[in-house]
Amino acid sequence: MILIALYITIAMVTLAALLNVYRVIKGPDAPDRVLALDTLYVNAIALIVLLGITLQTRMYLESALLIAVMGFVGTVAMAKYLKRGSVIE
Amino acid sequence: MSTFAEYAVSALLLVGGAFTLIGAIGLARLPDFYTRLHGPTKATTVGVGAIVVSSVIYFSTLGRGIGIEEVLITAFLFMTAPVSANFLAKAAMHLEVKTTENTRGQTWDQ
Amino acid sequence: MLDRLSFPQPWLSLTLFATWQFLSDGISGGSVVLGIVLAWGIPQLTRGFWPDRPAVIRGWRAPAYALRVLWDIIVASVEVAKLILSPRQPRPMFICYPLELDHPLAISILVSTISLTPGTVGADVSDDNKLILIHSLDAEDEQEVIDTIRARYERPLLEMFR
Repeated sequence: MILIALYITIAMVTLAALLNVYRVIKGPDAPDRVLALDTLYVNAIALIVLLGITLQTRMYLESALLIAVMGFVGTVAMAKYLKRGSVIE
Repeated sequence: MSTFAEYAVSALLLVGGAFTLIGAIGLARLPDFYTRLHGPTKATTVGVGAIVVSSVIYFSTLGRGIGIEEVLITAFLFMTAPVSANFLAKAAMHLEVKTTENTRGQTWDQ
Repeated sequence: MLDRLSFPQPWLSLTLFATWQFLSDGISGGSVVLGIVLAWGIPQLTRGFWPDRPAVIRGWRAPAYALRVLWDIIVASVEVAKLILSPRQPRPMFICYPLELDHPLAISILVSTISLTPGTVGADVSDDNKLILIHSLDAEDEQEVIDTIRARYERPLLEMFR
């Protein structure tokens, strides 16, 4: 039963990631694109966790943690660049 | 693995997937930047949180111990989502992004 | 050099140390040494970013607040989900929220809470820490939103940071 739920969830999260990609391409403004990329990395974390459950391994969780940290730093850096024109003042 | 844990993991997975999808639909169909900000900060964070919690339950019932990574991921997501939303809102106000016509109230830019 | 051999934020150091022990594969001599180095080094490097400590934090009030926020987050996502899936257009509104809190840490907790709970995102804090700009996704009335936030989140935080 878990396997069926897992496949349905993977399909839903993949669809969600595709919708995010649509927003990245369409824009219309730079903050929209950054917001869509931000959501995209959160979805990537979900996909990695789902992959870990499917393969019954905990090895990938560390990479998910790294994506969480790096994605947040990336979003903040891009938002700061949009606001100030530079990342480090 | 007990039946109850199996049901719990499946339910959490489906709920998490549904919320993630709804967050993305919100991002795709809401009319302006500020309204789009709501989908990812709430629905997606809760959705991914539910998926990660289901992973905690799954691996702990398999007898592989409770993972600190999952707890860290969830805590980190819930702490960072409002902060990045706040930064993006500030950037959007600075760039004077268009709002939909029926928005009431004013932005400010300092 | 010796005056730098201190732990200015003991709780931060303890959290860093414990987190490092969990992240490394089992507790060993090496992980303890590296954990102590991190617990000393990171607070030293980030010293300048920490605001002054509040006079009193009533820590025992924190779990009740956290539970309330967690519950509200779940309710909030269901509400936002309904709104996203319904065909009608949302009625967004910008709201200026006058603050009663004055401690920077308390304000940032309040803004984060607002962002995670029903239909509102905290957008900006004014330079003099007196006003928050809130974007509400679907609001009837400005005063209603302000009253809800005041009663549900700001009052408990005021109690906590006194």
